[in-house]
Amino acid sequence: MTNILATLRAKAPSTALILGVFVVWEVACLAFGISDIVLPRPSQILATLWDRWPALWPHTYQTLYTTLVGFGWGVLIGVTLGVSIGSSRLAFETAYPLLVGISSIPKVAVVPIFVLWFGAGTVPAVLTAMIICIFPIVVNVATGIATVEPELEDVMKTLKASKLDILWNVGLPRAMPYFFASLKVAITLAFVGSVVAETVASNRGIGNMMMIASSSFNVPLVFAGLFILAGLGVMLYLIFSFIERRVTGWAHRKTDLAVTT
Amino acid sequence: MSAPAAILPDAPRATVPPPVIPRPLIELERVAVQFGKGEGAVRALAETDLRIEKGDFVALVGPSGCGKSTILKLVSGLLKPSAGNLFVAGREIGAEDVRIGMAYQNPTLLPWLTVRQNVMLPLKIVQPYRKHWRAKRNGEYREKAEALLAQVGLRGFGDKFPWQLSGGMMQRTNLCRALIHEPDLLLLDEPFGALDQFTREELWATMQDLWSTKRTTVLLVTHDLREAGYLANRICVMSARPGRILEDCAVDFARPRSMDLLYTPGFVALTQRLRELIIGVRTAATL
Ligand SMILES: Nc1ncnc2c1ncn2[C@@H]1O[C@H](COP(=O)(O)OP(=O)(O)OP(=O)(O)O)[C@@H](O)[C@H]1O
Ligand SMILES: [Mg+2]
Repeated sequence: MTNILATLRAKAPSTALILGVFVVWEVACLAFGISDIVLPRPSQILATLWDRWPALWPHTYQTLYTTLVGFGWGVLIGVTLGVSIGSSRLAFETAYPLLVGISSIPKVAVVPIFVLWFGAGTVPAVLTAMIICIFPIVVNVATGIATVEPELEDVMKTLKASKLDILWNVGLPRAMPYFFASLKVAITLAFVGSVVAETVASNRGIGNMMMIASSSFNVPLVFAGLFILAGLGVMLYLIFSFIERRVTGWAHRKTDLAVTT
Repeated sequence: MSAPAAILPDAPRATVPPPVIPRPLIELERVAVQFGKGEGAVRALAETDLRIEKGDFVALVGPSGCGKSTILKLVSGLLKPSAGNLFVAGREIGAEDVRIGMAYQNPTLLPWLTVRQNVMLPLKIVQPYRKHWRAKRNGEYREKAEALLAQVGLRGFGDKFPWQLSGGMMQRTNLCRALIHEPDLLLLDEPFGALDQFTREELWATMQDLWSTKRTTVLLVTHDLREAGYLANRICVMSARPGRILEDCAVDFARPRSMDLLYTPGFVALTQRLRELIIGVRTAATL
């Protein structure tokens, strides 16, 4: 009980800030008479959300679905690549510049290519979400594994540990904090990917819904879409933070660690 | 070399089998190490001879960069000699099945494991312990780790995490990790280098105690001549790079040794002599 209270107290300032932003927004819109075609008030947005929820839900579901599927594949591929690159010095040094290069390309630029290959719909959205979240994961996992202290590696080698032993007992656990840090980045990026792909080429999903709403100047609905995206993003971020704290609590005794790209 | 003789049936029978002389645990015969090739090559170790008997405690001292760590890496099989022969337990390096324990100045404990789990790590990896890991990790192995921790003064710290320990305690844990699998050979590379004077002296006593009970062969690299004199049976002094062994002196103070020994004239004379040797080596190198 005291625990919950303490958490609440710790979270109070940030909660107050968020509420404050909404209040200022609301008041400013009212005070300056800003039309809801330009910037709807938060209360209008919430009302729209409430009224249109039955129509919004399928889009929300679609976006969540494509994002999670893409994210899932991204994690799978990212971890596999990260582990293989991180376990070999040569592979790490060879592939790292390439990875950094690729990860600096704006991945949304590949959406048209996916549409060309797979047609409009769910597939490009899933693929975009996947491709966009692979790189932070690869880079982080590889870094975590490749930066095992040389002394520790010597100790393990004199114990005649195989590469697999070292990976399993040292490399992977050590890479966990890096991995989770990248997951939090990746899940938000995956949303960006799927929404952009939906905007360009889909007839479902929040991105598509926002496109249609904006073309009919239904600005409150556009903002409702934004709110849904923000809500989903925060929710998934929180879930991963929670898992992260459970799994890699040891790492938070020390500061830093996370390399994010 | 004698293998072909065994295959040939009509090989002369007259040859007397060579007398079985117990060979030292470690033999370096004119071993040299060179890093890199051509112009940029660094000769880390000149042709070096060194023999270490089973059960001995040998300290290796010398100026910085003379190849002390290189010798440890050779003996542990992490590095191959560029020239010469290296035998461990009478066999070519790599073929031997001696168990080796190793501790560096940096304790490199795994932060996600408790102290006890850290100590038990070698048992999970080294045979024959590995075979029984699943069956014994909560019984026999756990008790083994606790007993060792108790011996170095860490009774009751098994469930702590490394970040809850002081530097000295981490280094004690590191020693336990190097010893838990009962190695034939313990390699220590400046293990006490990062500790303050008092903690270091405490750990010397712990180390002496561990060695007296286990009689593991120890090869200790150190910069501290008093540490070498207090702990070792033999001190090998190395020349500046490319290193070789200049002097090999026996240290025959009675055991168990106490801290008071460090202030006796005999001990002071020994450390002074070693010090002059090393300083001489260094000035010769810079001239
Ligand atoms: N991987 C390497 N590549 C190139 N040169 C190396 C390498 N490792 C060591 N050396 C060189 O070999 C020499 C001996 O190194 P070593 O680490 O054995 O010294 P050391 O006696 O342990 O020194 P210190 O007391 O400072 O630890 C050094 O001059 C170093 O520059
Ligand atoms: Mg060294």
